[in-house]
Amino acid sequence: MPAEFYYGVEVFLNGLMAGVMYSLVALGFVLIFKASGIFNYAQGVMALFAAMTLVGFQNGQIPFAHLINAALGTEVHHFGWTLPAFVAIIMTLGVMLIFAFLVEKFVLKHLVNQEPIILFMATIGLAYFMEGFGDLMWNSDVKRLDVGIPKGGNIWVEESTAFLGGEDFYGFYLDSLDISAALIAAVLVGALVAFSQYTKTGRALRAVADDHQAALSVGISLRTIWVIVWAIAGFVALIAGIMWGSKSGVQFSLSLIALKALPVLILGGFTSIPGAIIGGFIIGVGEKMFEFLIGVPFLGGATENWFAYVLAMVFLVFRPQGLFGEKIIERV
Amino acid sequence: MKFKSIAIALALTVSTPAIADLTFPNLTYRTGAFAVSGIPYADGFADYMTLLNERDGGIGGEKVNYIECETQYKVEKGVECYENTKGEGSLVYQPMSTGITYALIPKATSDGIPILSMGYGRTSAANGKVFSHIFNYPANYWVGASVVVKHMLDENGGNIKGKKLALVHLDAAYGREPIPTLEALAKKHGFELTTIPVAYGAEQKSQWLQIRREKHDYVTMWGWGVMNPSAIQEAANIRFPMDKFIGIWWSGSEGDVLPAGDAANGYKSLALHNTGNDFPIYADLKKHVYDKGLASGAGDQSGTVLYNRGIYSAMLVTEAARQAQKKTGKSKISPADMRDAMEAFSIDEARMTALGLPNFAPSFSVSCENHGGNGIAAIQQWDATAKTWKMVTDFIEADMDVISPLIAADSAAYAAENKIKERCG
Amino acid sequence: MLYREVGEFKTSYQSDQQTFPITSDRLVVLSLIFIAFFVIPFFITEYMASAIVLPFLIFGIAALGLNILTGYCGQVSLGSGGFMAVGAYSCYKIMTSFPDLNIFFCVILSGLVTGVVGLAFGLPSLRIKGFYLAVSTLAAQFFLVWAFTKFPWFFNFSASGQITANERLMFDIPVSGANVAAPVAYLICLIFFVSLAFIARNLTRGSLGRKWMAIRDMDIAAEIIGVNPLTAKLSAFCISSIYIGISGALLFCLYFGAVEAGDAFGIDKSFLILFMIIIGGLGSIFGSIAGAAFLVAMPVILKNIMVDFLAWPVDLASHFEFLIIGALIVFILIVEPHGFAMLWRIIKEKLRLWPFPH
Repeated sequence: MPAEFYYGVEVFLNGLMAGVMYSLVALGFVLIFKASGIFNYAQGVMALFAAMTLVGFQNGQIPFAHLINAALGTEVHHFGWTLPAFVAIIMTLGVMLIFAFLVEKFVLKHLVNQEPIILFMATIGLAYFMEGFGDLMWNSDVKRLDVGIPKGGNIWVEESTAFLGGEDFYGFYLDSLDISAALIAAVLVGALVAFSQYTKTGRALRAVADDHQAALSVGISLRTIWVIVWAIAGFVALIAGIMWGSKSGVQFSLSLIALKALPVLILGGFTSIPGAIIGGFIIGVGEKMFEFLIGVPFLGGATENWFAYVLAMVFLVFRPQGLFGEKIIERV
Repeated sequence: MKFKSIAIALALTVSTPAIADLTFPNLTYRTGAFAVSGIPYADGFADYMTLLNERDGGIGGEKVNYIECETQYKVEKGVECYENTKGEGSLVYQPMSTGITYALIPKATSDGIPILSMGYGRTSAANGKVFSHIFNYPANYWVGASVVVKHMLDENGGNIKGKKLALVHLDAAYGREPIPTLEALAKKHGFELTTIPVAYGAEQKSQWLQIRREKHDYVTMWGWGVMNPSAIQEAANIRFPMDKFIGIWWSGSEGDVLPAGDAANGYKSLALHNTGNDFPIYADLKKHVYDKGLASGAGDQSGTVLYNRGIYSAMLVTEAARQAQKKTGKSKISPADMRDAMEAFSIDEARMTALGLPNFAPSFSVSCENHGGNGIAAIQQWDATAKTWKMVTDFIEADMDVISPLIAADSAAYAAENKIKERCG
Repeated sequence: MLYREVGEFKTSYQSDQQTFPITSDRLVVLSLIFIAFFVIPFFITEYMASAIVLPFLIFGIAALGLNILTGYCGQVSLGSGGFMAVGAYSCYKIMTSFPDLNIFFCVILSGLVTGVVGLAFGLPSLRIKGFYLAVSTLAAQFFLVWAFTKFPWFFNFSASGQITANERLMFDIPVSGANVAAPVAYLICLIFFVSLAFIARNLTRGSLGRKWMAIRDMDIAAEIIGVNPLTAKLSAFCISSIYIGISGALLFCLYFGAVEAGDAFGIDKSFLILFMIIIGGLGSIFGSIAGAAFLVAMPVILKNIMVDFLAWPVDLASHFEFLIIGALIVFILIVEPHGFAMLWRIIKEKLRLWPFPH
């Protein structure tokens, strides 16, 4: 086998891994869309906010330090402690729960039965708000996030595959962080499926997803369900934030990962959890292989930004509801 | 229409210009996608200006009026800031963004206000014959590219024939800037150049797999924002030797290397000035600024690379103002005086030592033809255990034989397009 | 009292169907236009022009265009930034290829070029609907910006990769580039703005507009009553792109003067324009204008109040700016999901009865 072939395989594998990272973000979108029909643009900012909060708790940063200092003329920055990652994660989850509650109380409750585009717009307003709020609370500096997930090329994979491709071949490269991400994503999806299939709340969630009004009429509280769903989405955002934040630090750009999740979302279908995972795989592999086979040799590279969207668009022309989306039935 | 009139009425009442003192506006970006780089620079710039006011009572007896204007790194906001502050007698602008610099070049030229784009902006603005009001000393991107190659030459005993250099760059005009220079140098020195654009900063697997496959000897990077820490992390992941990885000066600050932790150890970048806080000026800053509670921002940026760059850039413009005062004999100078002084600007080691910045930055001088200084930069290296940058070379002079014709060609094209007559005799 | 339709008798179809059938409406609009053309140019300062008025007019045009597509024809698009880039780059290419062409023709031609590009990217809309369409228009956004930074032909092989508006003269007055006086830039944009708003108003009242609205309300039903979805959707894409292209060209040659596609026409522009029409009101000409005014002026006003009046540190002010704008968007949507246009309509209803509401 020529080395070129193995390089192709390597790119393919890394594409799968990149896909998992995109799926993590896309999952949050799917959860909220399923339960409330809201296309939640704020998901990316939620990931940023969750990661900032986590780092803030870990390092004992004082929230709103800058504001306090400017208003009162004090000089406070840190509480002077550091928390173990585990405790900080639990506290962050608490914050995301409060956040879900507040969103329901101040935004969603007032926008029941509005058109999807209005709800979409409201989540964009929410995203703006959280951007400003997060910066105000934890300042806009870059922060290092470390919760103990291994990083770096996986040496074991490399060495055990080095014999395949001859002298020039180092063995397959896989990032340990990505491998952990894949494992975490698998556990996460398993947990979500189990939750929605085998718990009472999960059943209520599915009922709401199927038909709001029917669910209401059998006594399911829509508002509680929304709080739960947003809290779960906040939890997923935290995981996405941890994975992406470990990669390149917690900073504003983290909120832009939403843009990488959108093609995954339309490819997989807005309403399907497996769709988000499979869509992630297709987008990840598709963009990496295109860059490897066509982008770099013929187009001068850097095709990844648009290729995912073009791929998704071409795909949609043949299947307008995405891969796993519910079939769109239109009646006059 | 109703809303518009209210808006105008408000804007009118709110922005009343107050002409006083020596005004130095600074367009900063403490929020937005690039806040990480914007904050330390803005803090350094502001603290130096505060120091001048607190310690010396300003420059030549005139208080310094330092205006900060937030651009969020957006062109619209930058233009708004420029128009908002130019009426207040602003002496010189530092746009701190390539996009804003390009938008301001024609505007400032026609308003007669000089621009200093230190290590960014339009490279060919170094040609003072075409760009009368734009200065980009002490170094520009093409100088940077040449210094990287010089450093490769030094490490390999002057022979880099057949070596492979990869340029990992942001897929934007800024990232492509060094390509012509590197191509010319590749021809001259016989090394192989591969350019690898990065579309999406936070995800660079394809790019680094390519470097891993093709086994480049050196990698240089023109990165920005989240692209920098991601690239350093990925380079460490594929176990690329970090001391063969050299970034531009915008890819070499604490915020770029810290997220990668220990893996970033040994990473190199270009430097416009020395690093750390081991300079006499820091004693003054502590006494007159920090201890009085006047530090800008959170006050935690002191001694970082970009903080020092803020100080350096503030020092360059205030020194030019001082020279303008000396030349014109009056303490209140105009933007035109400032421009003339910048064109005759020169700074040497003795003066910088007097300012409390010995061995901080190179000596250079500017002329009517050459607005770009002498084309000098150094290399710094990151020590992950001590968490400090260290200069590892002296200031290296760029290969101006290669760069000058490129500058002449690009500025000639600009002059032809905009019907500008060459100056300087 | 002040605003009423009592006593207005129409004696011909023509007068019944004019753009503003109520006299006081007509008077107000005409006097506003009069003030805009003959009074403001004498008072406008460079700061006002470049901070508020020029961006308002330019983004107002783009918002009109997007409202035609999204508000009237129901096709959500997030590709506006990319189409603005097409307008700007084609304007640059036209200006440098035909050095003697009048600036008005340059801008209109670049609008037409954008229309053709928009047509091509509108094709998938025949199959894809709703959010799926919105996300796939992002393909246009990213692809176009990538193309403009990648292929040097677009920026005439300049090493800097930027395009710069060169100077044009008309009656010996500079009308493009850096030396344009504020009133001149303002008037040029205003001429485009008013005529395009007028055209949009009449297009949407005519048969084409009714076809668009039929498609928006339910495309299958519209098809059954004889509206061809192909021509209706594509014409909306095309006309909307012409508007957006013109605004991109104006942004380039009168406002920024020099742009790079990635910097100036990023995804944030697409979102900004979408915000404008949703806050202003979908399917309303007044709404597009009010939305543009709000989102252009609001940040500037907030900044001026917080930084200049209250003397807050600029970074705090900037964080609060995000926070307040986000909260305001949510608040406005809760109070009136149909935007300023609906509020205006309600106010007019009230005015009609005032001061005797019963």
